[in-house]
Formats: sequence, C-alpha cells, structure tokens
Amino acid sequence: MTSSAVHPTQARPAPPARPSWPDATGHFGVFGGRFVPEALIAALDELTEAYEAMRVDPAFIAEFAALQRDYTGRPSPVTEVPRFAEHAGGARVLLKREDLNHTGSHKINNVLGQALLTRRIGKKRVIAETGAGQHGVATATAAALMGLSCTVYMGEEDTRRQALNVARMRLLGAEVVPVTTGSRTLKDAINEAFRDWVTNVEETNYVFGTVAGPHPFPAMVRDFQRVIGDEARAQVLEREGRLPDAVLACVGGGSNAIGIFTAFVPDDGVRLVGLEAGGDGVETGRHAATITGGAPGVLHGARSYLLQDDNGQTIESHSISAGLDYPGVGPEHSFLHDIGRAEYHPVTDAEAMEAFALLCRTEGIIPAIESAHALAGTLRLGRELGPDALLLVNLSGRGDKDVETASRWFGLGDRDEVDPGPGMDTDQQPTEGAVTSGDAVPGHEAGESA
Amino acid sequence: MSLLAERIAAARAEGRAALIAYLPVGYPDVDTSIEAMVAAIEGGADALEVGVPYSDPGMEGPVIQEAMDVAVRAGVGLRHVLPAVRAVAAAGGVPVVMSYWNPIERYGVDRFADDLAAAGGAGAITPDLIPDEAGAWIAASDRTGLDRVFLVAPSSTDARLAATVAASRGFVYAASTMGVTGTRTTVSTAAGELVARTRTVAGDLPICVGLGVSNGDQAAEVAGFADGVIVGSAYVREMLDGRGAEGVRALSAELADGVRRAGVRA
Ligand SMILES: Cc1ncc(COP(=O)(O)O)c(C=O)c1O
Repeated sequence: MTSSAVHPTQARPAPPARPSWPDATGHFGVFGGRFVPEALIAALDELTEAYEAMRVDPAFIAEFAALQRDYTGRPSPVTEVPRFAEHAGGARVLLKREDLNHTGSHKINNVLGQALLTRRIGKKRVIAETGAGQHGVATATAAALMGLSCTVYMGEEDTRRQALNVARMRLLGAEVVPVTTGSRTLKDAINEAFRDWVTNVEETNYVFGTVAGPHPFPAMVRDFQRVIGDEARAQVLEREGRLPDAVLACVGGGSNAIGIFTAFVPDDGVRLVGLEAGGDGVETGRHAATITGGAPGVLHGARSYLLQDDNGQTIESHSISAGLDYPGVGPEHSFLHDIGRAEYHPVTDAEAMEAFALLCRTEGIIPAIESAHALAGTLRLGRELGPDALLLVNLSGRGDKDVETASRWFGLGDRDEVDPGPGMDTDQQPTEGAVTSGDAVPGHEAGESA
Repeated sequence: MSLLAERIAAARAEGRAALIAYLPVGYPDVDTSIEAMVAAIEGGADALEVGVPYSDPGMEGPVIQEAMDVAVRAGVGLRHVLPAVRAVAAAGGVPVVMSYWNPIERYGVDRFADDLAAAGGAGAITPDLIPDEAGAWIAASDRTGLDRVFLVAPSSTDARLAATVAASRGFVYAASTMGVTGTRTTVSTAAGELVARTRTVAGDLPICVGLGVSNGDQAAEVAGFADGVIVGSAYVREMLDGRGAEGVRALSAELADGVRRAGVRA
C-alpha cells in the first residue's frame, strides 16, 4: 500500500454522507427507538445532544483521528489470503485487519469515541457490558488512557470462557463484576449495566459495546465503527480498481458488520452478508442466529429481531463464540434485512471452527472465533460465486483470547482426566505435531460444553 | 371515569391515600401467587399490580428478579395474568397489570387490551414504555377504555412531566428514586420534590409513589404528599421468605394503617 500508511488522514476520502436513517428519534423504519424506563431518558437525551455537537466539532474530529492513528494504529491494512482462498472456490479473499488494532479487535474504534464523549459531558466513571471481553478490555483501556474509573459487567459463564480478558481488564485497573442472573451471559450483563446506570447516572456514562440498545447508541456506535468500511472501500478501490462483489462480517450485536457495511450501502452491486452464530444448528434451537431464527420484538431498549418464546420471554442463545452469544441484534440490521439491502445467514460452531483452523494453518493468522464465522461464510459464498469473485471480509478480532476454547475443541493440549477449570491452561501448549503444517482440518473432538 | 382514579378518589374521600400492592403472578406458582394477591386485597390494599414475569426486567432489583426468574423458568407468562386479574376483582380490589413491553407486544396489543378489559382489569403500567413509543397502546387503551399508567422520574424534565401526565390515565407513577426496585430504609427526598413538580402539571390526575416503600411508617410518610402508595419488593419478600398469603395479609394491614395515619393531603 502506498501513501495511506504515511498520511492516513489525508489519504482518507472525505467522510461519505451519513445514511438517511435513523430518524430524529432513533427509528430505522419500524426498528430502534427507546424502550427504557423514563429515569434514563434524560441521560439518553444528554448523550444524544452532546454527541450531535461533538461529531461535527473540528477539535473532536482532529483528536479522534489522532487517537485512531497513533493509539489504535489505523488505518488497519487489507491482506489478501490466497492459500485460504483456495478453499473458497478460488474466489479472491481480502481481509480487513481489525485484529491488528490495539487491544485486538474493532471494539476500540467505538470506545475511543465514547470515552471522548464521556469526558466532554464531564462524567468520571464509565460502565460497560462485555461478552467475549473485547469490549470490556477496550473500555478498560480507554478508561486508563483518559483517567476514568471503570466497571465492567460480564456474565459469569463468559468470565470462565474468556478468563484471559478478565485478567487483562483487571490489569488495566477496571473492576470486573461477574453477573450471576439469568443465563449468565452477555444479555444479563447488559441488564446489570442498565441497572447500575439508572442508579448512578449522575456521575456515570454507559459505554455501550455494539449497535444495539436505545437511541442514540445504534447510530453513534455505527458512526464510530464506520471507519472500517470507509478505509476498506478506499483500500480495495486503490488496489483493485473495483469494488468487491460482497462484504462479509460476523453479527453479534452487529457493530463490526455495520462498521464495514456502512460505506458500501449506497453501492447497489455490492452484496452485504452478515453471518450469525448458528451454534449447534438453527434447527436444534441452540443458536444465536437472531435474524434467521428470531422475530421482531423489544429487548434492551430497542425494537429489533430477537430470540423469544410465545410469552415474549427472551430465549437464551448458544454459541461457541462468547461475542456472538446474544439473543438480540442491532436495529439497523433488522432494517437492512427487511428492506433487502443486507442478507443474514447462520454459521454453526463446527463450520466456524473449521474456518478458524484453516486460516491459522494456511495464512498464519489466528482469528477470533467471532470473526471465524465470517470466514466460514466466505468459504461458502466463494464456492457459490467462483473464481472471478472478490470478497472483502471483516476480520474483526484476533484469537488470543480463544486459544483455550479452540484447544479444547480440537482436542489439543494435555488430556487431563480432570477438567483443569478456568484459567488453568496457560502452561498447556498444543502438543507438538498434533497439528500438521498441511491444510487438513482436524476433526471436532471435544465440543464446548457451554 | 377510570377504575383506578375512581378507587383513589374513594380513598381520598375517606381522608387517606390509596394502597397499591405489587405481586408477580407465578411465584412460587400461579395458584399460590393468586391466593397471595387476594390476601393483599383482603388485608387492606385498594389495588393490585399483577406483575407479568419477564426474562429481562431492567427496572427490578434482586428481590423481584428472584421471584420473576422462578416464574419465567416455569413458563408463566401474560396468559396466566388473566385469572389473577379476575380473582383480584372478585376480592373487591382494582387489578392493574404491570408488564414490560415485550410480553404485551408478543401477545398482541389489541388482543391484550380486549382480554384485559373483558377480565375486569383497570389497565396497565408499562415500566419500559414511554409515551413517545406508545402509539399502539394509546390507541388500544382508548378503544377499550383501559387505564394506562406511565412513569415519571426525578430526572424527568418539566416538558417530559407534562407530556407523560397528558398521556396517562388512572394515575401517574412517580418513581421516587433513581434506581431499581427494592426495599430501602428511608424515603428519598427526591420523592416529595418529584410529586410537587408533577402536581403543577397533573390537574386531576392522581400521583402515586413507588420504589422503596416497605413499612407502615414509610407508607404514612409518602401518604402525606401522594395520592397513592405503591409497595412491591416488601410484598415479594414475604413470599420469598415463605410467609405466603398470611405474611402478605399482615403486611397489607400494616401498610393500610400507615396510609390512614398520615391523614389526607391538603
Ligand atoms: C472480535 C469480535 N468480533 C465480533 C464481536 C461481536 O460484536 P459485534 O457484532 O457488535 O461486532 C465481538 C464481541 O465481543 C468480538 O470480540
């Protein structure tokens, strides 16, 4: 790549227009809005107003751009992965490398914006929810950087499968609160964070981790994440002289997907493909494929698709990926789905782990298991579209946090009779020779018992 | 006139505030919860908020969460609320449904309104539905004559107080503190201020205060400035601790005594 590495702010095209949605009250068609207790409306109004003023303030724009460049390491590169692509019907595959950001995922893009907003409204404490721990780590990082105190809510179940990130957050000075209510995963962490916020709203800002939640979060988080697609669109045009045929991303709450989709929404010829966590398979009921397997309703402050039963109770989701293990989805995705601009497909745990292993061994890149869902969708779409296709994939994060889950899935490491339990695997390296250097993917030997 | 406003006016005519109890249907099971609701009315409550169990009750503290969790896991939902509504009405209380929005939306807003009106329910309190998002519910409650109770909070601006009061019927629910449900040892000073601010725009609409009231003395204090006193977690605590319908009945008696001690607001 050329000058963009030297003068990223200059090389970046003028910010493309914001989509015409949401409306002034946060509605994406019938989706979005604010379904929260009245007590939170004042804080949401304050955030909306402060954000609208901040986002056009030249001082903010300059400070945000400098942080992205000097702290996050933006722009992130685009990497072509030909050995991986051999398994994708010969289509050409480009990865947008959000895994190379400081803290290891796209989550930092959003958090730096919201941390600057927190400072602007004069609050000294931030709270956050986290599933995989990536948003929690990013928030703890920004809090350390800006001198804010930080509390992160994390489902107890997730503190176990993402023990590395719990340790990272604590090292960064954040308090991590394991949540023991409900399904003990991301959805319950969000409930607890809202309860904290309504109680301590005077001095506390809620740094929300994805494009879900009440207005203004879906629009604001999108604006902070769209840098992914703005950069990638220019990078692909520069190196290929054409747009990709499809842009693919995994969808939990949907922030990395919206981040890479937004710049391409006006490009009618570009397919936008979201990959949802299919868990054991949508037909088994044990999944987190919200748009594929859910129905419109209200959860966590917005109307959107969600997994729910006949009583309107949220159904617990299941995925090997903590970051995708969420029964809701951001309202803009529901909207893009209903107007037919984006398509959403499920990827099972097994398919994701196969793609995970393939990228490790063909390209030397260990992806986050979340991102591996997008890679699995890429293998499928490449085989469908064939060798002329150009596919752009958001590699939303790196897989360091997932080595324990992956080792267990593939049956690597010591096979103790006794489950070593959380955090006990750090000295257990994968057995030498257990993984060949070829492209063969080991079979699924031991599934996650989540 | 609305069933709730009528009952609150009747209490005022007796020189006291109304007592409104909350219990979720389905804890520890549907039948026992309905017995407890009837006992709350027999013990002296004027109205009963029939709580709909919900998987993600963002406004509830640990006590109500614990009871709801049991009910949700047992598959209790909005349809189990209708027998509770009938039983409360038969016991002489005014039943009002307290529900997060998604169970109602899933049931169908119009179907909910029709079924609730037919069962003798007064209306519904919707803690996570603000008037701005309530178009379908406002239309359905107008059509069926049901009350709709929205919430105001210490953080509400004057403009929002006015809009929320204008959209409410039956009473307006003043959430006395910034926080979630639960028993508290003192009544927050914010409660009196919020009621006073709401009073300037409320006209004839009664103002009832909830969040944190748990005993007769606190009920008496709140009854000194509000038209109704709402008690939730303290009732649920009786159930969680296994005192059941008799504990609920005794709590109602204590609270009913409290709302009478204060004397009617000038
Ligand atoms: C690497 C990575 N990708 C994706 C996600 C899912 O979130 P979203 O759908 O908001 O991008 C997470 C969440 O933790 C993540 O850590």
